[in-house]
Amino acid sequence: MPPVREGLFTDDHLVGGRCGACDRYHFPRTGTCPYCSSSDTADAALSPTGTLWGWTAVTASPPGYRGEVPFGFGVVQLPEGVRVITRLTEADPARLTFGMPVRLRAVPLHTDEEGRIVTTYAFETVVS
Amino acid sequence: MSRRVDLVGVGIHPFGRFETSVTEMGAHAVRAALDEAGDPSFQAAFCGTAYAGVAAGHKVLGALGRTGMPIVDVEAGCASGGAALMLAAGAIRAGQYECVLVFGIEKMPKGIIRSSFFEPWREEAGLAATPAYFALRAQRLMRESGARKEHLAEVVVKNRRHGVHNPNAMFRCEVTAEEVLASRLVSEPLHLWMLCSPNEGAAAVVLRAGSSGQETGGAVTLAAAALRSHLPGSVLNEGTPLSGRTDDDDIPSPTTLAATAAYEEAGVGPDDLDVVECQDTDAARELLSYEELELCPRGDSAKWIAEGMTTMTGRLPVNPSGGLLSKGEPLGASALGQVVELVTQLRGDAGPRQVPDAHLALGHTVGRGANASVVILKR
Repeated sequence: MPPVREGLFTDDHLVGGRCGACDRYHFPRTGTCPYCSSSDTADAALSPTGTLWGWTAVTASPPGYRGEVPFGFGVVQLPEGVRVITRLTEADPARLTFGMPVRLRAVPLHTDEEGRIVTTYAFETVVS
Repeated sequence: MSRRVDLVGVGIHPFGRFETSVTEMGAHAVRAALDEAGDPSFQAAFCGTAYAGVAAGHKVLGALGRTGMPIVDVEAGCASGGAALMLAAGAIRAGQYECVLVFGIEKMPKGIIRSSFFEPWREEAGLAATPAYFALRAQRLMRESGARKEHLAEVVVKNRRHGVHNPNAMFRCEVTAEEVLASRLVSEPLHLWMLCSPNEGAAAVVLRAGSSGQETGGAVTLAAAALRSHLPGSVLNEGTPLSGRTDDDDIPSPTTLAATAAYEEAGVGPDDLDVVECQDTDAARELLSYEELELCPRGDSAKWIAEGMTTMTGRLPVNPSGGLLSKGEPLGASALGQVVELVTQLRGDAGPRQVPDAHLALGHTVGRGANASVVILKR
């Protein structure tokens, strides 16, 4: 199952970067720190759990999109001090609340021309 | 102080949906602006556009038989026209030119704007859904400013009421808050009628040098034209990043950066303004603009719209043209469309949508890039 883009995520975590100069984390991984321009950056496995900070749903297919609608869309806050734009597995905004615990999950996005299931990253709510 | 920049002619092609080509719309607006200015010779032209393609400005001036001078197309997303104006004004102030033509043109496809800004994988994964970004920004505003959906609907009601009197607007009928809230939910909390329509149109302005000591002869003058981009860190800024930082509270938005620069350049503050045209891509964006332009204290935008502060009879009328919610948004033309409206207001020629005693006006656009422009005009 190929990911929608190599190097973004694994089954366990998002692949971010940590800057050796300013100590800040970023996502996706880049060669240069977006905050201080240092090239002293290293791979960082970001925490797979976080809290929900913002959410909505996409109800109509945006241009170039190859999955199904509606789907959840939001912002998850990770303990590394990073907020990530992400898909959410919950597409009903009424079922989500600010600060809810959420966890990373690789999810199927669509089936490509060769019949392979393309995956992407998403966050799902954690049942406590 | 360097040379004064006067706005000596304006022209507009209505915003809407037309059979006309983008070149013909541009020629219409440019001809009108040049006619008003007394058909001067100009030494340079700057054309704002994001979608019109290669040498789009040349095609417009070629159609009018007015070429030979430098013609530069300027792309800065929703702020393209503001960027063109800033470059033209800077060149005049520097003494490079005496008279410069600035225009903006666009013919957008229908529906959600597709942008080469996003990498294909991001579109494929559903992470380039522009209205959903607007929705997340709206939700944050609601959390931090106590705005409710009713306040968002009220922005639409106000702007559509203003737009009734603008012959250049696409939508010219009033709507009720109930109708706005009953329109299709696009991305919670934003309903379809809370979003502006990408469309078509053109606008043009002729700038001419004046010396600071000289009388303006009643001309509208440019007090400031500022353009700024985003600082990294805010996950919801118009640069539409994939991540940001949790400690983003003190990072000024692109709009605040541009506004701060423009207020300083003009030597005025938000309390001095008589009329404002601001970016209302969606209803929440207008409320955010009140706060980011410092028209009201941070967190007070919902209170402002609820108290009618920005209606035609309020303390500071905002979007007397009807805003993008009434006019639609032709990217390259929208900032100069605001300038045309504000010049008309400052001249006292706005008829039934005239803001009384308007002497100082501000125009604001912000969008992808991020790009934010703030223009201040006075008379």
